[in-house]
Amino acid sequence: MVKLPFVDVLADKKNYMRKDDLASFEYTYQAEITNVYSLTKTEKLYQLQIIDPVERARFTFKPGQFVMLELPGIGEAPFSISSSPIRHGDIELCIRAVGNLTNFLTRSPRGTRVGISGPFGTDFPVEEMQGHDIMLIAGGLGLVPLRAPIFAVLENRSRYGNIDIIYGARNPAELLFTYQYDMWRQFDIDLNIIVDQGDASWNGPVGRITSILEDRIQAAENIGKNTYAIVCGPPVMFKFVCDMLIKAHLPTQKIFVSLERRMHCGRGKCCRCNIGSTYTCLKGPVFDYWSVMNMKEAI
Amino acid sequence: MLFRVFSKNELKNLYDILAVNHIVGPVSKGCNKNSTALYDFDFVYDFEELQLEYSATIHSLKRFILPAKETLCSFTLQKNNWQKHVELNAYKPIVYFGLHACDINALNKLDKVLAGKIYPDPYYAAKRNNMFIIGVGCTPQPFCFCHSMGADSVLHGFDMFLTDLGDSYFAEILSARAFECLSGITCREPGKSEHQRFLEVAQEKMKRFTCHVDTTDLTKILDLEFQADVWREWGEKCLSCGTCANVCPTCYCYGVEENVDLDMRHAAKTRHLYSCNLIDFAEVAGGHNFRPHSHDRLKYRYYHKHRGFVEAFEESLCVGCGRCGNACLANITVPEVIASVRGKEGYHG
Repeated sequence: MVKLPFVDVLADKKNYMRKDDLASFEYTYQAEITNVYSLTKTEKLYQLQIIDPVERARFTFKPGQFVMLELPGIGEAPFSISSSPIRHGDIELCIRAVGNLTNFLTRSPRGTRVGISGPFGTDFPVEEMQGHDIMLIAGGLGLVPLRAPIFAVLENRSRYGNIDIIYGARNPAELLFTYQYDMWRQFDIDLNIIVDQGDASWNGPVGRITSILEDRIQAAENIGKNTYAIVCGPPVMFKFVCDMLIKAHLPTQKIFVSLERRMHCGRGKCCRCNIGSTYTCLKGPVFDYWSVMNMKEAI
Repeated sequence: MLFRVFSKNELKNLYDILAVNHIVGPVSKGCNKNSTALYDFDFVYDFEELQLEYSATIHSLKRFILPAKETLCSFTLQKNNWQKHVELNAYKPIVYFGLHACDINALNKLDKVLAGKIYPDPYYAAKRNNMFIIGVGCTPQPFCFCHSMGADSVLHGFDMFLTDLGDSYFAEILSARAFECLSGITCREPGKSEHQRFLEVAQEKMKRFTCHVDTTDLTKILDLEFQADVWREWGEKCLSCGTCANVCPTCYCYGVEENVDLDMRHAAKTRHLYSCNLIDFAEVAGGHNFRPHSHDRLKYRYYHKHRGFVEAFEESLCVGCGRCGNACLANITVPEVIASVRGKEGYHG
């Protein structure tokens, strides 16, 4: 008789060298919704704070990364962090109410406890961009993942050249973070906003984001050498915007995009976020445009 | 690697030595409408149930290591607070008696994703580390193309591998525990004639493969033929039912769902194995579907298996067991799809 022993992978370090990794696979930080701002009709900005002070201080992320937000019993979904990386475990997530989890979240009051795991994914290489001009191009909700790199750049404003934010929305009522525009302008950021349809109160430009981008590209000096571009928006926007940037001789490895996919794990397991066969959660969500060109069905 | 030979009568003794543990092996499951015998992996309670001469099983081992539905963690909900409890769902070591080389290879491939360096999955690792595997040589079936996928022989990932030499078994031993088991039965070191016989058996097996897949430059061809019309033709046939993923030994895609108990005090997070052929697989919040057509999804399945995994781990995720082709309601088989993508129309339909 040979009775096989039970191997407890979480206890037996001999059998599994990366025991800590295994234990952290399902680890969730408990966080509290400290504040909620209504940005538009459907989007809200949630300020979350990791409850444990040590975990909060240890929690670091890079601009462009995402977290999995979990409401026990309701669901779990990935969200881009849109707060400043220096604020550690005090994070802000801008969330549109579209599904089960997000609609439940809109009804959750301040003080609700949620779970956060992460941060996951790649980031915008803001350090590599130092000494260069940056063009941040966002369409609609695409401004959300770009807010973290904007903050990161603002922390070290003197190390960067011209910063252009080109932001397009469907109508003025859907513009996000309107209260911050003045602050951004004060930091010497060139903020260009365009809407598809204006209304009575709107006195800015009306049209497609590509028209304003055309002007900015022509106004920019030596765009091919000095500029990095960060693009995020609906799938249809990527192609037009990136094609224009490439036509303006911006190298493909200097164009960064943040892609969106549904994720069920965030850890490169569930395959739901695969583009072709690349995991958006491991190799992305931030890709340079060269990688995007090499992936099928990416945009 | 150590080798031993023991007579066929001794197999029952080997079974009895291990019978103190739970044993999973191929058992008979009746026959289909063409009166072909069907087999599947299940718990074995008696040596007589064990069908080591089985052709192929309908399902893979996934039922035991990646259950179709698995609770990842549970929550205790209190007023404005909750606790999370993680349970790995592995309680006992299990002996897997009589796996073919393709199934052991499938486990080795799954290890690369689920027990690799990046975020190892503890639920899988707990079950995988509690497996005692006895492999057994197979007879190639008309649908097997494991030889083309390089999965017809296996070098690691098992404890013992038995090859039928006619009147005796030739055992390859990979673990100390397997060696310990063999010490309980009458066995001896193989002689020259047995070495010879072992190699002959391997060569005979090689000759019996009738189904082949040409994998030369397949990754490049898949990239080149991304827009090919054949994908649409296969897409029209495909019912997007996900049966292929159900029987596939290496399909590990899943979806996670959370549910609250009726008492509102507990909640659970469950994962369900999913299939990339199901319509909402690549749908994102807001309703945009990145792969809306059945040909997009079918194509993605082949890309992941034969291109993406090769790119990441230098081997294909397909082991060539042919289960998907057998189970497919629309008779879509991997050899035919790949041949058609390569432009060899002879294989088509």
